[in-house]
Amino acid sequence: MAIMLKEVDAVCIGVGFTGSILARELTKAGLKVVGLERGANRTTREDFALPSVRDDLKYAVRQELFQDTQLETVSLRHTPAETALPIRRLGSFLPGVGVGGAGTHWNGVTWRLLPSDHNLRTHLTNRYGKNAIPAEMTIEDFPVSYDELEPYYDRFEKLLGVSGKAGNLRGQKIDGGNVFEGPRQNEYPNKPLAMSMAGAIMEKAARELGYHPFRAPAANMSAAYTNPEGVTLGACEYCGHCERFGCEANAKSSPQSCILPVLLADDRFELRTHAYVKELVYDRPGKKVKAVRYVDTRSGEEYEQPAGLVVLSAYVFNNNLLMMQAGIGEQYDPVTGRGALGRNYCYQVSGGNVTVFFEDKIINPFMAAGASFGMNIDDFNGDNFDHSGLGFFGGAWISAGTSNGRPIQTRPVPPGTPRWGREWKKATAKWYNHAFNIGASCCNYAHRENYLDLDPTYRDALGRPLVRMTYNFHDNDYKVSEYMGGVLGRIARAMNPSAMSAPTARRGNYNVVPYQSTHNTGGTITGANPKTSVVNRYLQAWEADNLFVMGASVFPQNASYNPTGVVGALAYYAAEAITTRYIRRPGPLVRA
Amino acid sequence: MVEETIPRRDFLKGAMIGTAALAAGNPAPAAAQAPPSAAPAGADAEPLLTLTATEHAFIVAAVDTLIPTDELSPSGSDCGVATFIDRQLAGAYGMGARLYRQGPFPKAKPELGYQLALNPREFFRAGIEEANAWTRKTYGKDFDRLSEQDREAALKTMEDDKAQFQGFSSRMFFDALLQITMEGFFADPIYGGNRDMAGWKMVGYPGLPATYREDIVKYFGKKYDKPPRSIADFS
Ligand SMILES: Cc1cc2nc3c(=O)[nH]c(=O)nc-3n(C[C@H](O)[C@H](O)[C@H](O)COP(=O)(O)OP(=O)(O)OC[C@H]3O[C@@H](n4cnc5c(N)ncnc54)[C@H](O)[C@@H]3O)c2cc1C
Repeated sequence: MAIMLKEVDAVCIGVGFTGSILARELTKAGLKVVGLERGANRTTREDFALPSVRDDLKYAVRQELFQDTQLETVSLRHTPAETALPIRRLGSFLPGVGVGGAGTHWNGVTWRLLPSDHNLRTHLTNRYGKNAIPAEMTIEDFPVSYDELEPYYDRFEKLLGVSGKAGNLRGQKIDGGNVFEGPRQNEYPNKPLAMSMAGAIMEKAARELGYHPFRAPAANMSAAYTNPEGVTLGACEYCGHCERFGCEANAKSSPQSCILPVLLADDRFELRTHAYVKELVYDRPGKKVKAVRYVDTRSGEEYEQPAGLVVLSAYVFNNNLLMMQAGIGEQYDPVTGRGALGRNYCYQVSGGNVTVFFEDKIINPFMAAGASFGMNIDDFNGDNFDHSGLGFFGGAWISAGTSNGRPIQTRPVPPGTPRWGREWKKATAKWYNHAFNIGASCCNYAHRENYLDLDPTYRDALGRPLVRMTYNFHDNDYKVSEYMGGVLGRIARAMNPSAMSAPTARRGNYNVVPYQSTHNTGGTITGANPKTSVVNRYLQAWEADNLFVMGASVFPQNASYNPTGVVGALAYYAAEAITTRYIRRPGPLVRA
Repeated sequence: MVEETIPRRDFLKGAMIGTAALAAGNPAPAAAQAPPSAAPAGADAEPLLTLTATEHAFIVAAVDTLIPTDELSPSGSDCGVATFIDRQLAGAYGMGARLYRQGPFPKAKPELGYQLALNPREFFRAGIEEANAWTRKTYGKDFDRLSEQDREAALKTMEDDKAQFQGFSSRMFFDALLQITMEGFFADPIYGGNRDMAGWKMVGYPGLPATYREDIVKYFGKKYDKPPRSIADFS
């Protein structure tokens, strides 16, 4: 029997970026909030200290900071007809665990969506006609437009201290920034990071081709920065240990470096670590989550924590799992198309790749900030280019540069080089400091057959079924990726390299082994229609008024961009609706 | 490094022949009659945590073929890569840390990743057995007894998935072997490999402390010439 606890105003399930933002906004509004985090506490001083934080084997290769698959993983099959098998070792994506979540070990590329990504279905229909979108492409509009979300993007960027340069300031296009972005009210809070050699080469080539190069917006501090919470972040050291590592300098925006210092100092917040939430106690007739049940992993003791408000901020997989188990919403069925829960699971098609080699140029790949890949172009992103007659929709953000030179994983050699032996050694020694990548991160538009549900066979350490992913790339994905391969080849040739690899495109089945991105989205999507979405525009569950769902699980599909800029903006947008409207008058914020 | 005149494996094999000879009808292992191991005497004489003598001989021979001595670096085992592998397989990684191990374990397509019930330690045990069985069939000897040329050819055959293994494919074993070898050559020396930072020196990776706020401007387009340092240099 679970031990019953006294009711609190609100609980946040998971204390990553979204959990800490919601907890902060709710406590500021006067609520007593409990943060339940399955992992341990993590602090910069204890856990991300020099010299150990530079341990490539421990963090990047043995995956020290990520979810432990011995406790929990997900299963995968490529089609509904197959039997899913568990992802036994993390590879393709790396969910976080512990206070700070994946926000401690992300890279920091912090995007806004394009305005046309927000109203995707409407936009494509208006531009290409009523029948242009294939039936199996189940894309939707975000119910919140770019203009509505703009102030909240701004707020999240200011929390993080994002380094960058505006390309569209209140409608005025600015060369050197991203001229394709939606209008911004304000410049980025921090100036762009230092330029790398790879970035300089990319900039020149892109300009020659008539494209519009710009610096990726980076949650790596170009200079020390004090955010509106009064928390000060340090300046980036360009250490080349960003993604998969914590930051010793508090120079990468993370819950630890941006918000936890003020949240943890607030008496209205109580952090409970080792609190692994097992289930939501759902009152179906009352349309409420009455309580959450969790296991203290230090004792095995089970607790029931009643709460007035429940924030589900546990990343895509646990968000879906906890709602599916409690039956909050109807499970999506790919055959009938009925049900919304689990629908539109999407990922990122990390599409093409070209490596360019320069005999006479020194790259110093190991001097790098996580998000300063160098230079980007958005000329082939979203609907920034005409898709008439192309046979696909969507695009990619394209970047050239390096985020690290850690040699266990980063040792480019020209095509045709053996993987070992004397020739390999010669080529590796010769080219290590003379090469970089140009890559395309492609969108992944929802497909009828890609979805999440509960696995019938495999279970996690709490005895819950694993989330089962039915997922593969489809026609649109292969075509976007093929097209981008062509663009990458053009850019590479314009750089005039001594050697280059053949541009690759995404072919074959989705493979869980190589890392692609931790940009898993969907399953609890936001929308205007309760039949096809799980949460409304304020991220409030249609079927449980006091349940608000945070994170990329609410994306109707995945644009080409990394998700966290959007995730953070939506968190602030929802928090405002909760604190200004919901707590005064609990109930549905949108009439179904 | 300790000078050893009898390679560890031959020392143990010698001891074993005595026992084998006593057991009636038990032929001495083929390898025991073969010429001495191709692995250089004294290479990597750190005490072993988990590898058996036969496994260690295989690993030394393999890492020295994957990373041969030349003007760019000493051999894999002289860089401590065999020690690194022994320690990794003896530790948490070898025992299956961060590996979901609940069954059933049906045969799966490779895109679903590792799907065996074996932990890495058990996988390498099985893989080395298979590799040696295959070289015995093909060349008449265990892998470590082969000439350098034959070792290269044998590894290439495994890499191309053309060697017959029981159970998993030879390419799967080769890929795991190559991966852990590169880890040992390029990981921080605190794990026993990358001795004297030989791997880092070969490519020009400066290691720690990696605080380049000023250097990223100063060294734009220029070679960074400071000698590498490891975690141990700061501990
Ligand atoms: C290596 C890597 C690089 C990345 N780089 C980028 C990038 O450059 N740009 C970008 O935009 N995004 C990037 N991301 C993604 C980014 O980290 C996430 O989008 C972001 O952290 C999500 O925040 P969240 O609050 O939704 O979830 P998380 O940060 O994952 O937090 C969820 C928390 O919930 C906890 N939790 C889960 N289940 C339970 C449960 N049942 N009970 C209790 N607690 C639970 C988890 O332990 C975790 O702490 C990267 C991710 C990784 C892993």
